[in-house]
Amino acid sequence: MSGSAIVMMLVAMLIIWGGLALAVVNLRRSPDIPHTDEVSHEI
Amino acid sequence: MGTTPEGVHEEAAAKRGAFSSRQVFILAAIGSAVGLGNIWRFPYVAYDNGGGAFVIPYIVALLTAGIPFLFLDYAMGHRFRGSAPLSFARLRRGTEGLGWWQVGICFMIAIYYAAVMAWAVRYTIFSVNKAWGDDPEGFFFGEFLQAGDPGVDATPVWGVLIPLLLVWVAILAVMLLGVQKGVGASSVIFIPLLVVAFVILVVRSLFLPGAAEGLDALFTPNWGALTDATVWAAAYGQIFFSLSIGFGIMITYSSYVHKHTDMPGSGLVVGFANSSFELLAGIGVFAALGFMAQANGVAVGDVATSGIGLAFVAFPAIISEAPAGALIGVLFFFSLVIAGFTSMVSIVEVVISGVRDKFEMTRTGATIAVTIPMAVLSLIFFSTTSGIYVLDIIDHFINQFGILLVAVISMLILSWGLRVLPTFSAHLSDGSSIVVGAWWRILVSIVAPIGLVLVLGLSFWEDLKTPYEGYPGWMLGVFGWGGAAAVIVFGFLAAQAKWRDPEALSEIHFNEKGAKS
Repeated sequence: MSGSAIVMMLVAMLIIWGGLALAVVNLRRSPDIPHTDEVSHEI
Repeated sequence: MGTTPEGVHEEAAAKRGAFSSRQVFILAAIGSAVGLGNIWRFPYVAYDNGGGAFVIPYIVALLTAGIPFLFLDYAMGHRFRGSAPLSFARLRRGTEGLGWWQVGICFMIAIYYAAVMAWAVRYTIFSVNKAWGDDPEGFFFGEFLQAGDPGVDATPVWGVLIPLLLVWVAILAVMLLGVQKGVGASSVIFIPLLVVAFVILVVRSLFLPGAAEGLDALFTPNWGALTDATVWAAAYGQIFFSLSIGFGIMITYSSYVHKHTDMPGSGLVVGFANSSFELLAGIGVFAALGFMAQANGVAVGDVATSGIGLAFVAFPAIISEAPAGALIGVLFFFSLVIAGFTSMVSIVEVVISGVRDKFEMTRTGATIAVTIPMAVLSLIFFSTTSGIYVLDIIDHFINQFGILLVAVISMLILSWGLRVLPTFSAHLSDGSSIVVGAWWRILVSIVAPIGLVLVLGLSFWEDLKTPYEGYPGWMLGVFGWGGAAAVIVFGFLAAQAKWRDPEALSEIHFNEKGAKS
């Protein structure tokens, strides 16, 4: 493989697979919690 | 229960069905997005449009059109809690026809998509003993499909009819199981399985002699391509067709999601997961093509292809020549079958859900009323000797002048006609990890429509100028232009039918999350 092909392959992997990893991390930090008004409503 | 909005929503979830968790929704959405196009379309599109340089328009298209459009579909389904027709009708009674147009498109796609899956099922078995011998092309069109001259012929081909029937039985069984146990569970099982099977395939392909030359051909950048409008149109087209957006699937699925789910956060995972699988497929397919080129002493460009030619002609040749070819074949076709199956499930669900909502039918009743006629039409049209020509024409026209056209029109109506984007962005942002603000409204109302109109315009011009693939004019007129026009007429006629329960359109069913902020 030529140098430029290797670089572009790594760039594609970094952006796309890295983007997936970041998206998963972001979602894990954001649990689906009902709003406070609805929590009290259910109690 | 039933009097408070909360009670109404719980009742509706129990009646319409719902995904049990956010993870199930995400896997189902990935299952829908990851389909045949990821495996057999993306690698060639990337290679043909600048190679490594294609990464740039591709990412730009994902971020400026793909993901924003995904959010728009999510907002529709999640806010209005209905199938495509019901969501549009709840938004504004007059737009219901757009929903039925989308349902009609899904109906047409399902009947031919099943045929491709039936072929892949047969080829998974053919791979074991390389049944195609030393002439994969002659075997596929001749012995297997028994294709004659382009035209319509009712001679049945049993080798296709039987697996096709089995595909429909499997689809019917999954759809009867319902939203969680059928649609959701099939993706929960099949998507991890698909990833495992495909990773093994990619690793095997990377160790074939010539694999590096294949990757070199795929990733060597041609920077000049970036100034070519058709390359940008290819990127927007690939992202658009790959993500299952704009024709009802994501509206339907997001209506089954709990009202407090972080939809934009989930959407980013779905969007990037789909592209991640495409990149993986590109690496696997081009490593294998590199081997084939080297084995035949030709350039990679001479063997690179896509679609049916890649899967059913080029891959069998690779399978015959490669060491442990049977393993590659079984993994490749098995991956096509399961990637196709979860997409097929999502396409059929759009139709079932639409019929169910409108006529207040039970899950079982609607599933049978929808799936059986689909299966019968599919068997009539695609298990005969003329199947492949009809399939090729419908596929091309329903994609361009069905999916893409309805997507552009509904996007423009939502953003410019009804001006609902501010409400939608408040809905999406409420409780989300991502603020879907002005940037999103600009992308959905201006940038994405420009990208998609470019794709649509180029394709329309091309089809007017030269008859698609040189098929006879009457076939293109009937199955191509005629088919695409018929679903539009169907859509607006179906919208005239009365709702069995007029209360279904009432605001009490809306998910008011974020509406007042």
